[in-house]
Amino acid sequence: MNYWPLLGVAVIVIGFALRFNAVPVVVCAALVSGLLAGLHPPELLALLGKSFVSSRMLMLFVLTLPAIGLLEHAGLREHAQQWMARLRGMTLARLLIGYLLVREVLAMFGLTGVAGAAQTVRPLLAPMSEAAAEKIHPGLNDAERDEVRAVAAATDNIGRFFGEDVFIALGAVLLIQGFYAQHGIDLSPLSIALWALPTAIVAFVIQSVRVWLFQRRLQRRAQASRREQEA
Amino acid sequence: MLRIEYAYWLIAAFLFYTAWRNARDRQLARATFWALLGLLFVGGDAVLAQQKAGNALPSQIAGCMVIALALLAPRLRRQAHPETASASARLASAIRLGHKLFVPALLIPLVTLLVALVGEHLSIGGHALFAKPQMTLTGLALACVIAVFAAARVAQAPLHQGLSEGRRLLDAIGWAALLPLLLAALGEVFTQSGVGAAISALAQMILPEGNAFLCLLVFALGMVLFTVIMGNAFAAFPVMMAGIGLPLLVHRYGASPAILGSMGMLCGYCGTLLTPMAADYNLVPAALLELRNPYGVIRAQAWSAAGIFVATFLIMWALVFR
Repeated sequence: MNYWPLLGVAVIVIGFALRFNAVPVVVCAALVSGLLAGLHPPELLALLGKSFVSSRMLMLFVLTLPAIGLLEHAGLREHAQQWMARLRGMTLARLLIGYLLVREVLAMFGLTGVAGAAQTVRPLLAPMSEAAAEKIHPGLNDAERDEVRAVAAATDNIGRFFGEDVFIALGAVLLIQGFYAQHGIDLSPLSIALWALPTAIVAFVIQSVRVWLFQRRLQRRAQASRREQEA
Repeated sequence: MLRIEYAYWLIAAFLFYTAWRNARDRQLARATFWALLGLLFVGGDAVLAQQKAGNALPSQIAGCMVIALALLAPRLRRQAHPETASASARLASAIRLGHKLFVPALLIPLVTLLVALVGEHLSIGGHALFAKPQMTLTGLALACVIAVFAAARVAQAPLHQGLSEGRRLLDAIGWAALLPLLLAALGEVFTQSGVGAAISALAQMILPEGNAFLCLLVFALGMVLFTVIMGNAFAAFPVMMAGIGLPLLVHRYGASPAILGSMGMLCGYCGTLLTPMAADYNLVPAALLELRNPYGVIRAQAWSAAGIFVATFLIMWALVFR
């Protein structure tokens, strides 16, 4: 067994830990692993180039930028914030938990591409969450504002991840089925997908509770700062 | 017929535009960076076709271009361009336009949804409108184009302003936009270099004999750890299954394959929430939302991931050996 290619993993860990620019770190790791595995440089270059261009779909999100940029220039975020501020009864927790539910159910039907950080979080969910947080705790500081945005992005990720495994025709289930089929065990996709349901429910409950706790933390901070002002 | 390749050409056009605008602003490193990336997007299909035909030269050139991008990336400082409209102007425009502003933004998910649901059945003169591979993503690209036109109409702004606003946002994201592709390539190189096999050999070495619970725990933690390293549960799954899942858990201890596969994969997903290697879910959103801490999204997810992992593991343990 050749353990030397594992040094590529070490390059990644050290590079990320020291907060070097991630792009050269990743390319270095690939070169280190490939060369230590005994790949010839021309082979390695071809492998790098080929795998890079075969995952071009991962940059599709940049196509959303012109529309979103134009709308933000025309005040989309400001409008989303004002609208949230006017909606009575719409709290931060209700907004995020509602979004989590919709996102997870859509992912369960295989519709993972319809929402995401570029499509829905930056233009809509993040500004609305900020406005909802402002209602609880007026005068959010920059760190708190970042925290609210990060929780919105996390909610989007969790809804997507733990919903998509329930859908039978999507990558994960087919990969599991294919692996077993190669090794002589025949399973129907449905029997695999079904066992993703408990975790889908658990993920929904856990993230909802965490969102609610986050809201309560903001409420406490708001109370504390109010008390400070009175004193 | 609309194919995903058209979306790549559209991205390339946008990248070239960004490069040109940066060149005009004398930001040469940035201009070269985006132009090189644009070339990779235009030439990508030719590279793949030549590779299939047995000619590796275009792939090698693409590999050299990737290394050039890596050398340029540290010279791209992530400086946000100033907002082009003042806060008061944006507020005034928001009050004037009201809910109309939501329409183009919602068109992006709605058109994508529509294509995903009924795209298969659409045809013009007997020709299918959408090619089958990657139909949802083709739908997303179409939705973005429609949304730009709609946004220009709603905001009563010229179309090229959309491009220039888009360029502003792309420059703000900077090299982080590239990471998902690079990490996918890294995963491929790791697989070809036998990193997976080495890790599963190590895992088997530390594996205790004759204890089904500990074996399951090593399997589940291995899924998490390996996903953290590779950035992708799909890469971790075959390795951990071939090393531990199938020979030990299924064959020796009689674990249910369906439960082990499904929940094992989900343990890996918990790892995806924790790792900067899954750049498209963790680092790109942080850049898009202009967070000061690039690991902000991971920090917000960490405790959820831990909780979901523990719960999934316990459910798996309770069910898998029945």
